[in-house]
Amino acid sequence: MLKSRNGLIAIVFMLVLSFWTAPWACAQDLQSFQNLEGKIDIAGGTAHIPVMKDAAEAIMKANPKIRITVAGGGSGVGVQKVGEGLVDIGNTGRPLTPAEVDKYGLKTFPFAIDGVAVAVNPKNPVGALTSQQVRDIFAGKIKNWQEVGGPNAPIHLFTRDEASGTRETFWKKLLKKGPIDAKANIVASNGAMKLALAQDPQAIGYLGIGFVDQKVKGIKLDGAEPTQENAKSGTYAVTRQLYMNTKGEPQPLVKAFIEYIKGPEGAKIIQKHGFIPLQ
Amino acid sequence: MEGLNYLPMLGQTPSSHTAEAGRQGRWRRLEQRQAVIKGILLGATLISCGSVLAILGFLAYFAAPIFSQGHLAEILSWEWRPFQEKFGVLPMAAGSLCLAGAAMGVAYPLGLGLCGFAHGLGPRFLKGPIMGLIHFMTSIPTVIYGFVSVIFLVPVVRGTFPESTGYSWLTAALTLSLMILPTIVLLIQAQLQQVDARVRLAAAALGFSPAQTLLWVMRPLASRGLWAAAVLGFSRALGDTIIALMVAGNAPQIPHSLLDSIRTLTSHIALVVATDSTSQAYQSIFASGLILFGVTAAVNLTLRRLQSATVPSAGRHD
Repeated sequence: MLKSRNGLIAIVFMLVLSFWTAPWACAQDLQSFQNLEGKIDIAGGTAHIPVMKDAAEAIMKANPKIRITVAGGGSGVGVQKVGEGLVDIGNTGRPLTPAEVDKYGLKTFPFAIDGVAVAVNPKNPVGALTSQQVRDIFAGKIKNWQEVGGPNAPIHLFTRDEASGTRETFWKKLLKKGPIDAKANIVASNGAMKLALAQDPQAIGYLGIGFVDQKVKGIKLDGAEPTQENAKSGTYAVTRQLYMNTKGEPQPLVKAFIEYIKGPEGAKIIQKHGFIPLQ
Repeated sequence: MEGLNYLPMLGQTPSSHTAEAGRQGRWRRLEQRQAVIKGILLGATLISCGSVLAILGFLAYFAAPIFSQGHLAEILSWEWRPFQEKFGVLPMAAGSLCLAGAAMGVAYPLGLGLCGFAHGLGPRFLKGPIMGLIHFMTSIPTVIYGFVSVIFLVPVVRGTFPESTGYSWLTAALTLSLMILPTIVLLIQAQLQQVDARVRLAAAALGFSPAQTLLWVMRPLASRGLWAAAVLGFSRALGDTIIALMVAGNAPQIPHSLLDSIRTLTSHIALVVATDSTSQAYQSIFASGLILFGVTAAVNLTLRRLQSATVPSAGRHD
């Protein structure tokens, strides 16, 4: 909530800024927006937000007649909002279910690959785990860091809410749909997960690889470092695609936005935020 | 109404027809204006009452499939594991009651103490600043309490109890008690102020100490305020979402200790509302809403019952 509102404020701020800086900011790619105007509202998956924000900023700088708002909410919210016509693009970090496509007549545009990293606090000496150990930790069978080579301290489990695309990827690809301990704390966004892990030396959780930096430590999984290079090559297998979804065929402006994200300029933004562009 | 009949008669004594017509016109306009004001007030009343009823109606409408499709037993069970087709929301109902109860357990005695301090037990010059601070607290958005709690209180709880993650019933209850404290204090305070001036002197003249005045004179006279503060404080604690969502940990389990992570009905709704709207998990939030509505109403009614049983004069004021 807080984050998306800040994002909104930032975008409005950028919009104001863009009136001064507009004339020179006209990259090759942005020319497709030259004769367009109007508003694009975007909501949904929280992993998408940094990419959407940067793209929105560049486009609004190039053409002040276009306004773009970016909000979060999670993959489920993305589907609902775009389906009900409340936003133009609903982002999801998971493929749409057949029921969702049927109900709303959605069209889906995958644009990037994201890896989901198991992560701990940087103070935690444990740096590598096997998939089986991760499954046992999240099932509540392994309860102390000592059992996986760490200090004698209880493990603090953090997981994501039921609507999270990150949780779905982690649960399907890594836990193989195994149980998650009911005692695990639940946080509602990638940002909240990062904050929880960064604060607590005994914590373990998972988040999009794009969110891993010096504040949280990505766990080497069966020997594979959770990096975008490994996700791209397939060495690191806990990955998912990121999607933009529209209700039916997109309007010209929304279509231009989607093409921009999927084009070379968009690819640069996607890479900058730790994702792998799909081409 | 008497005035209405009385004034036009005055107009009849001098033989000026135009003056009388003028007065009657003025009266008609006054009556018209009154009718307009009455209309506006009636409209406002109808809109607010109607909205509450409409919310209840919508909730019931959306929750209806649960009842008609026989999912009720599933939802009124003790296990929430949506990916294993278990949609019980009772742990969340327990969580809501536990959290609101604990928050009240902290905030209510604190509120009583604060009011006692401000009304005779503490130095008089502190009353202004204390009440100013309490008023200021009402203007802090709840998300600020939640955020500050995540940054400061959660690490403190985790540091004190290593087995806990810090996101717990205890942390949320402490944060929430700060949030409902102003509600409690201001309600008790308003009632104490009403009896204050009338009685304080008399009690002092009879030789009561300030503590005796407060305990044996003011408390019985202000008991309506004490009950109202309990009802409203509890309802606010029960209805809060963002503090529970940010600090309580949200694990869908029945808490066994104050250090356990718990999920309230409100944060359950906030978490699940984002899921695929065709799922059964999504349907369960309407049931959660109904339960929340029911629990709040039940708490309100029970406390009002208790109030009218212990405060004989309460009926008159209602």
